[in-house]
Amino acid sequence: MAIVERDIRTSEDAPRVNYLNNGYGLKSWLLTKDHKRIAVLYIISISIFFALGGLFASLVRFELMTPEGDLMSSDTYNKVFSMHGIIMVFFFLVPSIPATIGNFLVPIMVGAKDLAFPRVNLLSWYVYVVAGILGTIAVVGGGVDTGWTFYTPYSSTYSNSNVILTAMAAFLAGFSSILTGLNFVVTIHTMRAPGMTWFRLPLFVWSHYATSLIMLLGTPVIAITLVLLMLERGFGFGFFDPNLGGDPVLFQHLFWFYSHPAVYIMILPSMGVMSEMVACVARKRVFGYEFVAFSSVAIAILGFLVWGHHMFVSSQSTYAGMVFSVITFLVAVPSAIKTFNWTATLYKGSIVFDTPMFYVYGYLGLFLVGGLTGLFLSSMGLDIHLHDTYFVVAHFHYIMVGGQVMGYLGGMHFWWPKITGKMYPDIWGRVSALLVFLGFNLTFFPQFILGYMGMPRRYHVYPDEFQVLNVASSLGASILALGYLIPGAYLTWSIFKGPKAPDNPWGAKGLEWETTSPPPTFNFDETPLVTEEAYQYGPIEEH
Amino acid sequence: MADHHHGPTVRIYLAVFAALMFFTVLTVWVAYRDLGPFNDVVALGIACTKATIVILFFMHVKYASRLTWLMAGAGVLFLLILFAFAMADYVSRGWLGIPVSHYLQ
Repeated sequence: MAIVERDIRTSEDAPRVNYLNNGYGLKSWLLTKDHKRIAVLYIISISIFFALGGLFASLVRFELMTPEGDLMSSDTYNKVFSMHGIIMVFFFLVPSIPATIGNFLVPIMVGAKDLAFPRVNLLSWYVYVVAGILGTIAVVGGGVDTGWTFYTPYSSTYSNSNVILTAMAAFLAGFSSILTGLNFVVTIHTMRAPGMTWFRLPLFVWSHYATSLIMLLGTPVIAITLVLLMLERGFGFGFFDPNLGGDPVLFQHLFWFYSHPAVYIMILPSMGVMSEMVACVARKRVFGYEFVAFSSVAIAILGFLVWGHHMFVSSQSTYAGMVFSVITFLVAVPSAIKTFNWTATLYKGSIVFDTPMFYVYGYLGLFLVGGLTGLFLSSMGLDIHLHDTYFVVAHFHYIMVGGQVMGYLGGMHFWWPKITGKMYPDIWGRVSALLVFLGFNLTFFPQFILGYMGMPRRYHVYPDEFQVLNVASSLGASILALGYLIPGAYLTWSIFKGPKAPDNPWGAKGLEWETTSPPPTFNFDETPLVTEEAYQYGPIEEH
Repeated sequence: MADHHHGPTVRIYLAVFAALMFFTVLTVWVAYRDLGPFNDVVALGIACTKATIVILFFMHVKYASRLTWLMAGAGVLFLLILFAFAMADYVSRGWLGIPVSHYLQ
């Protein structure tokens, strides 16, 4: 996409300073202002929380192997699924791609030396770590049992678990993402390289721009909502308790005003990853670039207008529900634009079956199912039946795990050579992608049927006739866990033993592939001059 | 963001501080008066005025670039969306002819 006016180096050249070997020791990492190092710090941090959240998920699936509650009590089960949700949403899914791959790539993709506010970037990681420590203390100190949604009046009045500490942790994690979003918006607006116009930006950057808008506009609302919750629980302020003049449904309005757009904070960066990978594996410019770019912004805006579809059975007015339902159907349009355009990009492309391609196909399939089942739930009448059942659980896992985590893993595989300067064994990448896809579907597709049959979420005792599908789901979860563990192993191996990566192992377009693997501390030896549109792959040829 | 704009002077800061103190005292004074249906309107009006002063002067938006104005405006717009859609729920709950008390049972 760009012409960088300098000689093209490879990693095999004489040892040169890059961001990894430019200083050793703990201090050089903990006080770094380099966005790439901060991205690595985030990768390590969120991996720990992903493992912890996965552990709680394993406990849930283990318990649900049998219809009886024989592994843990109801109270313990409440805490286990709550902590799974809270850890995964606030400490893994929301920061996962923006704070890691986004942090690493956004400045490079726009041709900048770093983010606009490097110290703020480091601060965001420290805020995240403090939030994580608070959350961990809450878990170790007895956990929380409100579900990740903290619904009042249970959370504000009745729960005897660590609500305030956990809410404080989520509050701080929100500030961490606000800082990240602020940095991205300012960087994208003010630090683009010469020639890098808005419509030459990679779609990954567009999607991160849209994500950042949601982070900036939505996260303060969840932050203040959690403060209100803490004030009511701790000091008896009357916001949500009717006895004190409050309204519990108000909490749901405030909570979902952020938390539905938060789903787009999770999925939009993943869509950005897909756009980059689709173009590369098909060796084609993304079909309808402008539409894909603006669909990100459309999702960010429309995503703020649909929160009431979580509240159809909450006593919310039917008329308000109708409005939310219609707008929810509308938000499917920009999502569909992306999916159709990626598919159109693959059409007559020169498909390369490397690991990233497997994740592209997996993502397309899972996101399609997740998105379409969202339309089931946005239909008011059908939602009465499906609300709070396993159908909902399956739906949002197809989006938030099937979509987002596939994007995260795909992106990690795509840019791993750039991040670490090392290659991983591609065959293992393909095997793990297949395992993730198969394991995921076996885990969550049965949950659609369970939910449709009426199995409610958040119960660990269920009728005998639901056992077969629950066992299938737990079996799938085991395969899924294997699919997640294997990359952990071979990617770690590659850091120490993997062959050196060339600067552009996939033959991809984009400024990040013009610099070395791993990049130097300031990303480029000279400021790049961009003279081309994004994804100028040229005529299809053999690779 | 370029820092080529002028920030507020100390005099303006002091004036803003005085205004905020005045409105705080006014808030407390109004809280002890029963204005009927205007209780909430007046309280929110004072709060919005104070917030506007803080945003314009203490947060330097008045002196910032148009891009910053756009971002600050977007924040206000989305706050209004929150209020409007949430109020759309509360206002229309009785439209089906089912008394509101039904929902509170």
